[in-house]
Amino acid sequence: MSRYVIVGNGTAAIGCVEGIRFVDPLGKITVLSKENHPAYCRPLISYFLEDKTDPKKMLYRAETFYEDNGCEVLYNVSATALDPETKTLTLDSGDTLSYDKICVATGSSPFVPPMENLENVKNRFSFLTLDDAKALKKAVKPSSRVLIIGAGLIGLKCAEGLRAITKNITVCDLADHVLSSILDAKDAAFVQKHLEANDLKFTLHNSVAKFKGNTAIMQNGDEIPFDILVTAVGVRANWGLVKDAGGACGRAITVNEKMETSLEDVYAAGDCTESTDISDSLIKVMALMPNAYMQGYTAGINMAGGEKVFDNAIPMNSIGFFGLHMMTAGSRKGQMKTDIQKDSIKRFYKEDGKLIGFVLIGDVQNAGVYTNILRNQIPIKSLSEFNIKKSPSMATYDEEFRRKTLESVVK
Amino acid sequence: MNNMYISPDYEVIRNMSRCITCRVCERQCANEVHSFDPDGNVMISDESKCVNCKRCVSLCPTHALKIVKNEDTLRENANWQDATIKEIYKQANSGGVLLSSMGNPKPLPVYWDKILINASQVTNPPIDPLREPMETRVFLGKKPDHIERDENGKIKTDLAPQLELSVPIMFSAMSYGSISYNAHKSLATAAKELGIYYNTGEGGLHEDFYVYGENTIVQVASGRFGVHEDYLNAGAAIEIKMGQGAKPGIGGHLPGAKIVGDVSKTRMIPEGSDAISPAPHHDIYSIEDLRQLVFSLKEASQYKKPVIVKVAAVHNIAAIASGIARSGADIIAIDGFRGGTGAAPTRIRDNVGIPIELALASVDQRLREEGIRNNVSLVVGGSIRSAADVVKAIALGADACYIATAAVLALGCHLCRTCQTGKCNWGIATQRPELVKRLNPEIGSQRLVNLITAWKHEIKELMGGMGINSIEALRGNRLMLRGVGLTGKELEILGISHAGE
Amino acid sequence: MKRVFVKEEWCLGCHLCEYNCAYANSGLSSMVKALQGKPIFPRIHVNGNDSVTFAVSCRHCTDPLCVKSCISGALHRENGVVCIDKNKCVGCLTCMLVCPYGALVQDETGTVTKCELCTKNSCGTPACVAGCPNNAIVFEERCEE
Repeated sequence: MSRYVIVGNGTAAIGCVEGIRFVDPLGKITVLSKENHPAYCRPLISYFLEDKTDPKKMLYRAETFYEDNGCEVLYNVSATALDPETKTLTLDSGDTLSYDKICVATGSSPFVPPMENLENVKNRFSFLTLDDAKALKKAVKPSSRVLIIGAGLIGLKCAEGLRAITKNITVCDLADHVLSSILDAKDAAFVQKHLEANDLKFTLHNSVAKFKGNTAIMQNGDEIPFDILVTAVGVRANWGLVKDAGGACGRAITVNEKMETSLEDVYAAGDCTESTDISDSLIKVMALMPNAYMQGYTAGINMAGGEKVFDNAIPMNSIGFFGLHMMTAGSRKGQMKTDIQKDSIKRFYKEDGKLIGFVLIGDVQNAGVYTNILRNQIPIKSLSEFNIKKSPSMATYDEEFRRKTLESVVK
Repeated sequence: MNNMYISPDYEVIRNMSRCITCRVCERQCANEVHSFDPDGNVMISDESKCVNCKRCVSLCPTHALKIVKNEDTLRENANWQDATIKEIYKQANSGGVLLSSMGNPKPLPVYWDKILINASQVTNPPIDPLREPMETRVFLGKKPDHIERDENGKIKTDLAPQLELSVPIMFSAMSYGSISYNAHKSLATAAKELGIYYNTGEGGLHEDFYVYGENTIVQVASGRFGVHEDYLNAGAAIEIKMGQGAKPGIGGHLPGAKIVGDVSKTRMIPEGSDAISPAPHHDIYSIEDLRQLVFSLKEASQYKKPVIVKVAAVHNIAAIASGIARSGADIIAIDGFRGGTGAAPTRIRDNVGIPIELALASVDQRLREEGIRNNVSLVVGGSIRSAADVVKAIALGADACYIATAAVLALGCHLCRTCQTGKCNWGIATQRPELVKRLNPEIGSQRLVNLITAWKHEIKELMGGMGINSIEALRGNRLMLRGVGLTGKELEILGISHAGE
Repeated sequence: MKRVFVKEEWCLGCHLCEYNCAYANSGLSSMVKALQGKPIFPRIHVNGNDSVTFAVSCRHCTDPLCVKSCISGALHRENGVVCIDKNKCVGCLTCMLVCPYGALVQDETGTVTKCELCTKNSCGTPACVAGCPNNAIVFEERCEE
């Protein structure tokens, strides 16, 4: 009977369990959870702030998931060292675990750039885990002044969540526009306007020079007093286990399309890995929940002796703030086609007759059609219609694909 | 008063408390009666375009619609009725011949409804079709007058070619062009499943339907549209169309709007050209000429297929039939004046021809008197509406019946009688692709099979009641019929006694 | 497992499936009460272009991307039927970003709604199928290719 160990208990870990169990119903699975919770939906922590969900609803799987899948979960446990030679894992308790196959799904940790006097700021929070969110929610009062450092996906989702509690929220970012990882400045301005209409205040192209008590002294000299500070600048992959054991790493753990690391019988999945973005063939950390699941699931199947590759990862995001939805996928390069309406923006990026990326703001209906065209690199020429002004639909595809899809069982 | 306003025939009544503005009516109306008014967020209608085909009524999911007769009337006048006056206005507006479709709608006598069927009591007891075998199969074609034996005393069995029908009903001629591809496919597949025949009409045979050849009658009409050697050999029988009950004395009319794509290819005429068949066959001016065409067609099909000659029921029908029976034809089809059409001048449709019941009785009588009844089988059509009409027709002397209006009703037709516009909302009498697809042949053929299966059951019930277990035994058995409310002359022609006699 | 299949050559673009769907999932006893004067949020949609129309609803994929991508665990499979737990859905629309068929939509609550083959209402068999006037939508068992 095989012995599987999964380090981590997030989305990739759950995918891994389901992958293993798809092939091997019997092997022993041990899941190491640093947090004291069953796997929950991380991206939901901002919805937790505004009471749109609660810890029970946030569970990623049914309460009986681990039991149903015959998993042993060790809560409040971290691994400190991995020895691929002896196939053992050392835990922070000093105990060791031996494995036949191991999956490293350790995720990422918040990255906080050095800021003078930061360590003396009271009521300082990061925003990555449920415990972070719980602590933050407890601390914020309707009268609280909140300063969020980072106008990226995490910072803004946090701002949206906190807006349900307080009106006094300022977001600052070193970049000159919001959501700089997924939007260009023009589109970001459109989104920012909407955020400002919902009472968020911004100070961009600006960063905290130093803290003076509960006041941030900004690079441009402004002083922003606050009661609560949230740092949401970015994250870093938790790659230590693999890197220290001599495994290949770039900006995160290097894996192939079967989710194997360079170390024998060591797999990795989720936010701690980097893989190839097929839209531009560059190696990237694509820290996205769907990718994490797919990678975990792929790793699981391969660990248990099955055959599976995940070779069509693309960065993609679906996110909404105060009712304004936006979706992005692939890269923002190549030839751009744009359709701008009063309350929506659509941008498409093409290269070599193929769609390599898109940005949709406001009108996101059936965006999966575009994602499918992008992910499967369907030549735009072969589509029966690719009209950027029209909403995408099954009509976008050629007749053969459409008929096959509508008249037979699909995967 | 240049172009006089004529108030619409119908009114669209929309029950606003039920309408959910789903706009199904709007999408389904090819006549563009319904539209959505975004300002008032309500559906509105332009009833001047309504032909009362009931498509919207049928599909409205909340049954919010009904189409009623427009109550806007002229001063009552038994002589100058509304419809008559409106026709005058229309002609004064347009200067044109009035066109209509389907059968004669006038209140002329329907003899079927004045004929009653017998049933056995006490002696010669009725037969229960659920418990005892009942034969509805018939063979159409020339029958021998007497038994012939060869030199060894064996009976000679080489019959003239016959059509075998599981039930004495066939789908009569409707051309591809006047009706849609899907309507033809429905008829063809149903005929095959039922073991009967459908008729191509004068539009030729679409290449997709050659596979149904064993259940197809191919027609040769005065326009000779779509006629070629393969066509003549594709079917189980060949029908020469001399006339049609809905428009005796004139040829078929198919407006150019319906001659598109495959229709033009199948007819072998250019797209968009009106297909106006000549009134006569220009090579037929006598029975002898007819005989030549009959034998040309037999020659072309190696004498393997029966030849049908179809005529409209007109005044001298008995004499005409007697001539046809001597022409070498195997089957005579007679079409009564209530028969349908895809387009006919209104005046002709409503005023020319005679009722099929009288024509049938007199033809059967005449052929018997002349000793040539076995030369031919008799098929009658022109508004056979039910199994009872079939049974009455057989008892009056028919071998089988042709139905077409009943068949298109089964396909969804609501008898709005505007086939000539080519905008049939039921996908039957149209060539517009978006309308044609409304008739799914899977559904269409199933409905036709259902209809004929139901009629077959009813025919058996009626036969059983008369104590007859084979439909052949009913043919010409006029003792099984009685007239009610008919004059002596009518009874004499029909060859039946009055009820109570 | 029986699924809904669509034959585009018979779709009339009448949109009745949408209304039958919205009504079936309204829980109300009359279509008028359920749909009159309100925007509808059906789980099947008629798509198409100038020459063809067809209804699209969830294909109930054997390996559904939407379930794998759901960030809230709301999408899941029940005996092969892809279902959504509306209680868990937060309306992030990630499923809409990954579904290649455009089968998921946002309803008036901001959460996602989708075809569950009428397993969660009182219809028994899919209302879109029962109400299609031209058999363009059928409910059948078909083998995976």
